[in-house]
Amino acid sequence: MKIPLIYNARSVLQRPVSTAFTALGIALVVAVFIGMLALGNGLRAALARTGSDGNVLVLRRGADSELASGIARDAVSILAASPHVATGPDGRPLVSPEVYVLVPLPRPGDSSAVANVVARGVSDQAWNVRANVQVIAGKRPRSGRSEVCVGQKLIGRFDHLGVGETLRFAGRDWTVVCHFSAGGSAFESEIWGENEQFMPVFRGQVFQSVTFRLRDPAAFDEAKRTLESDQRLTVNAHRESTFYAEQVGILGVMLRVLAFGITGIMAVGAIFGAVNTMYAAVSSRTPEIAVLLTLGFHPRSVLASFLVESALIAAVGGVLGALLALPINGIVTSTTNWSSFSEIAFSFRVTPGLLASGVAFAIVMGVVGGFFPARRAAKLPVIQALRA
Amino acid sequence: MALVEIRDVHKIFQRDTERIEVFTGLTLDVAEGSFTALMGPSGSGKSTLLNLLAGLDRPTSGIVRVAGSEVSAMTAAQLAPWRARHVGFVFQQLNLLPVLTAFQNVELPLLLTRLSKREREERVRIALGVVGLEDRMRHYPRQLSGGQEQRVAIARAIVGDPTLVLLDEPTGQLDAKSSREVLALLARLNSEFKKTIMIVTHDPHAAEQATTVLHLEKGTLIEKEAVAR
Amino acid sequence: MKYLPLVLANLGRHKIRTVLTIASVTLALFLFASLRTVVTTLHANAQFGSARRLVTLNATGLVFVLPMAYANKIRALPGVESVSWANWFGGHYGDTKQFFAQFAVDAESYLAMYPEISLPEDQKQAFLHERTAAIIGKRLVDRYGWQVGQNVTLQGTIFPGDWTFTIRGVYTPTAPQIGDDVLLFHHEYLDERLGHAGIAGWFIVQIRDPGAAAAIAKAIDDQFRNSSAATKTGTEQAFQAGFATMLGNVSLLMGTIGTAVVFAILLVTANAMMMSARERTGEVAVMKTIGFSDRTLFGLVISEAGVIAGAGALLGLGAAKAFYRAINFNGFGFLPGFDITTGTLVMGGGIALLLMLASGLVPAARAARLPIVQALRRVE
Repeated sequence: MKIPLIYNARSVLQRPVSTAFTALGIALVVAVFIGMLALGNGLRAALARTGSDGNVLVLRRGADSELASGIARDAVSILAASPHVATGPDGRPLVSPEVYVLVPLPRPGDSSAVANVVARGVSDQAWNVRANVQVIAGKRPRSGRSEVCVGQKLIGRFDHLGVGETLRFAGRDWTVVCHFSAGGSAFESEIWGENEQFMPVFRGQVFQSVTFRLRDPAAFDEAKRTLESDQRLTVNAHRESTFYAEQVGILGVMLRVLAFGITGIMAVGAIFGAVNTMYAAVSSRTPEIAVLLTLGFHPRSVLASFLVESALIAAVGGVLGALLALPINGIVTSTTNWSSFSEIAFSFRVTPGLLASGVAFAIVMGVVGGFFPARRAAKLPVIQALRA
Repeated sequence: MALVEIRDVHKIFQRDTERIEVFTGLTLDVAEGSFTALMGPSGSGKSTLLNLLAGLDRPTSGIVRVAGSEVSAMTAAQLAPWRARHVGFVFQQLNLLPVLTAFQNVELPLLLTRLSKREREERVRIALGVVGLEDRMRHYPRQLSGGQEQRVAIARAIVGDPTLVLLDEPTGQLDAKSSREVLALLARLNSEFKKTIMIVTHDPHAAEQATTVLHLEKGTLIEKEAVAR
Repeated sequence: MKYLPLVLANLGRHKIRTVLTIASVTLALFLFASLRTVVTTLHANAQFGSARRLVTLNATGLVFVLPMAYANKIRALPGVESVSWANWFGGHYGDTKQFFAQFAVDAESYLAMYPEISLPEDQKQAFLHERTAAIIGKRLVDRYGWQVGQNVTLQGTIFPGDWTFTIRGVYTPTAPQIGDDVLLFHHEYLDERLGHAGIAGWFIVQIRDPGAAAAIAKAIDDQFRNSSAATKTGTEQAFQAGFATMLGNVSLLMGTIGTAVVFAILLVTANAMMMSARERTGEVAVMKTIGFSDRTLFGLVISEAGVIAGAGALLGLGAAKAFYRAINFNGFGFLPGFDITTGTLVMGGGIALLLMLASGLVPAARAARLPIVQALRRVE
């Protein structure tokens, strides 16, 4: 015989304040849980979306980031001539040799604080090689000019980035001629200019990386082998998507550890709160429980009933927590990608899956917290209870 | 001068829209050293009278004077310390704090005084000795019988050497044997220790132990028996 | 205090509830202390820097190098005592994911400028006299089991190839902000392997008078303003402070979580106090009958809340302080010198106080205001 849920619902309403407090405590734990994982998700998503499976990123052998790499002009010519490189509709190889440097931009309002922003000198093919990049305002930089295009995540976070404005770095003035979007990826935190313009200003006559589109996306391993064994080159070839995804590195680990660590501790506290509430509930309803048992309800049903009640309260808390966390979705924040030492901006990313896990987490807390009190209710010595 | 003087006391209770007049012009004296049993049907105002004497409640009009002090005119802030000094109260049940031992329960009123720990301990022992439960002082209420609990409650009521000992149906929940023990104790407190006692009761045996019996019916004193002992 | 046994006895009424509530407070304050210390550590690291040391970078950016020749020119400026230089090496050890910093430095001048890098004199001399030698921080000894005299090979990233060093010394930082997990080797070795001397990552300039810092910084930058590589010079502290902002708005994150934690714990404690209060109205009435004043009863209830909050605070804050010390935590290298400050402990105490008041106030007021007669009627 199952004890009707109405009994639980009504009993819960008998102690509204206590129930509300417990649910709220769980809500806060769930909110922090969802929030922190959304932070990590956002970072990971930004980096994951940055690369494409069909592109190859070539760096000097041993370099673990574009910053540490250097590829000479002649090596670029050799790479461009490789049969693995796809050609565009105009017949030109879809290959982009790029200059990659960090420029310090002052943060608005605090001139002593600087952020190291990626400045990428690209070839005009870069816009084709990277399929998800699109100009959203203004026009692409013209060859031979001191013109730059700014990724959309930088807009608003630094000064002088509006179309038509002049941005100064590396001792020169550059005109911002456009803004671009890149599918939410790390490229959106970059400033792009012409590689030939950047080269003399920064690093002399070397590029940092070469990115090209694979003629046959399934042939990555073969392309990698060919290029890396070529005696004329000393390079490593990486699948662009994998390379950027791995850059999450230590920061990703840290965020995950932090998320689970913090919410784990908070959860224990919230569970204790639930335990207290349920023990008090059992205690105050002892005569009713005795009656139920006398009527013939199985102790197991009593156990289940209290567990369900606890889970219900927790579920309400979980939904509340999910609602609390929802507004942070899309908020842009930034941190430093320690692999490349560059500033990366990304948005909090709350997914339906995350919300669901938040509520599930809440229910687990409720069940764990309600277990021992529910057991006490089920094991109630009936005669004593009736006498009380 | 009587120990307790009640002069023309009216007490009206307002319960929702109902107006209940418990006393209409009650006048009464309680002599020092008396053992008064207050009897009467339910709703006659016995407990209310006790509450008025203890300063737990205030008359709607009239004066209640105990040992010369006008209790009916005192503020709540004044009444607390007054009660601590002058009144020992015993209820029908739930007198004792279940989390404290018998000793600690009896000690409670003394915590309100300036006595040292040793002095408190001495008085508690004496009080528990008077009620015959010194050997049980480390026990918790749940380890005592109903009668023993009430005797501990009485010990607590007398430990501060109060002017008045008031008991509201102290034997109501007890079996015959325990009731007799408690009443015998009260009689001893009155005859040997000269304590002024007022007890609200339904129990005719209690009336037998008292020196004065008051009957209250519908807020008026019907009969006053002076029982010769 | 003579009422203490009464307060404790009341807490003992439901031992499980009291224990769980104190445990919750403990956990919350442990968490609070941890979160806040992240912020204080970053802040302390941002403050680090000798007033007599300046750092000269390439104005174009941190990742660009400066000509070695600048050293002599800087040294010649008035007010400058000595000049040293360093370069970020950025190598890997094996395939380990654990990261640690390596710098190529002009050893003799660098160590003279950084007395905070302290190591035994004989080790120091051994290091200075051997070009392929290196010194490491204490933590690397624990982490990798490296010994003095051992050879260690790193894979270069910026400077490709295998680089083998012989460990000649282990240093202990006297200031926690100097990480204890750094490897230092000779700049000469870097120059030699690269085949060309002449590049430095940044210069460290020691000056005689801290008050002249701004003037000397300007003098240095003016000197090179129109050269191939313009410089940007600032105090070491400004340099450090720049790094502090790199992690992002950490204090906002920690602050938000911290607030959520404190709020959650408040709910748990208030709930527990409320439940206890509800069960005790009869007893409160009896105590008032005995003569306990409203004020005393108020104090008793608040004290109960205080014992819970206080015990939890002591345990939580104490555990935090001891725990991080015991595991020598440094936040994966990002938080050297991680230690719970006195300020944080005081804040924790303040939270406990807040907890006591917020959870105890309503039940205490209720107890104080309990109308005796009505409550007694419920008793009987």
